[in-house]
Amino acid sequence: MTEDKVSRREFLAKTSLAASTAVAAAATATGQVGAQEVEEYAQSDYSVRAKALVSVLTKKNLIDPTEIDEVIEFYETRVGPHIGARLVARSWVDPEFRERLLSDANAAATELGIERRRDLVAVANTPQVHNLVVCTLCSCYPWFILGLPPTWYKDAPYRARAVIDPRGVLKEFGTELDEGVEVRVWDSTAEVRYIVIPVRPQGTDGMTEGQLQALVTRDSMIGAERLKSPV
Amino acid sequence: MIIPDGLAELRLLPRDEEGPVFAEPWQAQVFAVVVRLAETGELTWKEWADRLGAVLREAEDRGEFDTGERYYEHWLTAVERLVVEKNLTGMEDLTKEGEEIRENDHHRREHQLEGGA
Repeated sequence: MTEDKVSRREFLAKTSLAASTAVAAAATATGQVGAQEVEEYAQSDYSVRAKALVSVLTKKNLIDPTEIDEVIEFYETRVGPHIGARLVARSWVDPEFRERLLSDANAAATELGIERRRDLVAVANTPQVHNLVVCTLCSCYPWFILGLPPTWYKDAPYRARAVIDPRGVLKEFGTELDEGVEVRVWDSTAEVRYIVIPVRPQGTDGMTEGQLQALVTRDSMIGAERLKSPV
Repeated sequence: MIIPDGLAELRLLPRDEEGPVFAEPWQAQVFAVVVRLAETGELTWKEWADRLGAVLREAEDRGEFDTGERYYEHWLTAVERLVVEKNLTGMEDLTKEGEEIRENDHHRREHQLEGGA
């Protein structure tokens, strides 16, 4: 897990300079935001102070953002990918729930007792379609169901390249898609957050809903990987 | 990763059965910064508990009866003070960085408005 994350960071770091320019362009192209939404996008004082703290201590080499991510990933429980995994696993065992999830993810989340902070949209992978989630503008992320975003999600190279060359990004993440598979990229905003419903892996027919939940990874719900068969 | 001894003993740490609970991402960030600074020896859990305790007492003196919701606000104040006190950085660095983040944020919002127009 850790090795995996580091290698992704290394790969992403290579293209960082060129990509920041592209991000700026992409942000302009995707902007469709009203005044009210912009207001809600404003960060709280605490959020700004926390970011400033991380940024200053990072510049002074006192902390490493990757290690900060690891601490958070280890400790967080209330918000974390296990919440998104409940939605995914339920959608695999209950076709009617799946329909409700894809047509109104907010209602479906509420149905499972999941507290949501933003409008949620669920997009389903199929053998013909692969979905990938990004936030070209900053790092909007459905943290209320996936926890905090991985560092690579927040980095400029991913934010730019996911839009420009999603197949290339997926390939470098270890997911090679056949040419016939359509790739859809979803750009998160301050108001709308996306979750990818991965394809249920083969060989899981006899599994309980709880066992299925355990198979669902964070990255699969961002669309950065496909789930492998456990057998 | 092992949960540090000092951490488990801190009073009032919002937690459920498995560990601390965060209401928002910035709270997790602040929490993680403190954990890392303690793990790397930049601060000790004793120093941290003393400093956090002082900030919590100040809040109580102001008449805030904390039910846990504002807990990480106090963490943020305490860690800001402690890193400045230990000369790891200056308060002006933190303020300046915060202003830059706000400024960038502002530009981004202007950008969004233009794009939507």
